[in-house]
Amino acid sequence: MKTEDLVTMLATGLEAVDSKHAPIRQMGALGAAGACSVAFVALALGVNPRLAAAVIAPDFWLREAFCASLALLGFALALRLARPGMALGILPAGMTLIVLGMWIVASASLGSLAPEARSRAVFGATAAVCPWLIAVTAAPLLLALLWMLRGLAPTRLRLSGAIAGFAAGAMGAFAYTLHCPELAPAFVAVWYVLGMLIPAAAGALLAPRLLRW
Amino acid sequence: MLKGLQAFRSSAVTAGRCAANSLESVQRTQEERLQGLLLAGLGGDSGAYHLFLTDLTTFLRGFLRRRLASLPEEVEDLLQELLLAIHNQRHTYRSDQPLTAWVRAIARYKLIDLLRRRARTTLLHDPIEDDDPLCVAADAEAAEASYDLAKLLCELPERQRLPIQYVKIDGDSVADVARRTGMSESAVKVGIHRGLKALAAKIQCMA
Repeated sequence: MKTEDLVTMLATGLEAVDSKHAPIRQMGALGAAGACSVAFVALALGVNPRLAAAVIAPDFWLREAFCASLALLGFALALRLARPGMALGILPAGMTLIVLGMWIVASASLGSLAPEARSRAVFGATAAVCPWLIAVTAAPLLLALLWMLRGLAPTRLRLSGAIAGFAAGAMGAFAYTLHCPELAPAFVAVWYVLGMLIPAAAGALLAPRLLRW
Repeated sequence: MLKGLQAFRSSAVTAGRCAANSLESVQRTQEERLQGLLLAGLGGDSGAYHLFLTDLTTFLRGFLRRRLASLPEEVEDLLQELLLAIHNQRHTYRSDQPLTAWVRAIARYKLIDLLRRRARTTLLHDPIEDDDPLCVAADAEAAEASYDLAKLLCELPERQRLPIQYVKIDGDSVADVARRTGMSESAVKVGIHRGLKALAAKIQCMA
């Protein structure tokens, strides 16, 4: 087939396309994945019995804001990466600042503690399981996000997969806060970030295969 | 004399600036024109979309010729793969984004994908013959790819092949084809959409 015949073929019988709402079609899948994650945390792990008391602590809201803002920015960044040639704007810097800010708050809070209390603040009681539970909680979200990206056209596959994974990790971490009894900024700054990096690594590994078009 | 030289210099600088400005404005009007055509195409305007793809073909052929100077036989293959990819991904274009950036990002992605594929299949060790400049066709000239899309089309399942054959090649309306094949109109549209994606995947596997 000659190239000009291909052009004619592609232009013939053309259907209108809605480019503004292209990713919205898969929002349902993301919503379902989010419901799975919340159900996993609430039913399999159990809601933190001291949640009601924790809600008045500023550290509780710092943790929620940390996860939610990373989830939102990561999601927005993944969608930008999924459109060819789209400028990334301030999103990468914004995400970096949020993580750095958390680390600064965490070091400051450690500095104000007595030396013998510091290791307790960093490790809490659940450091060994926290990153893994966040990763498991994020798994359905990662699949939904990758599926969403498959419907678009990412041109930097590994980076897109990593950012999708990180966003899924942040969403998973947000859901995990229903269960997690740890509020210390130092704990969140280390183990939550690690928990987000596990799906990010998984996304980077899977993306070249799953997202290729 | 010094004054004359300065005047000459400054006029040369102005002329240079004017040339740069007019080149920029030509590029800008070209960008605006192509964007207008694509947006009309996204709205379903076949004629505008045909013009868009035709202009894009000329631009992309030049783009690929420059970058595949040592692999001239790949240019037309990749060009057709690119056109199909751009068509299949046209829903990812946003009107608030420069069209050139979008097209270039897709072209670069497909170019790298091709080079990776070739590296993997060790075709890079093929003897590369010297280009005979007389044989290099003009960028606007219609050319054929080494694979035949029409043949690849035959490999598709019927629910994709028939809608593409009737609607995209014979030019029948979706409603007509739905009536003739007994498929629903949305099944015909889905068949076209999936079939073109499947074609793109087949080309990708072959190279």
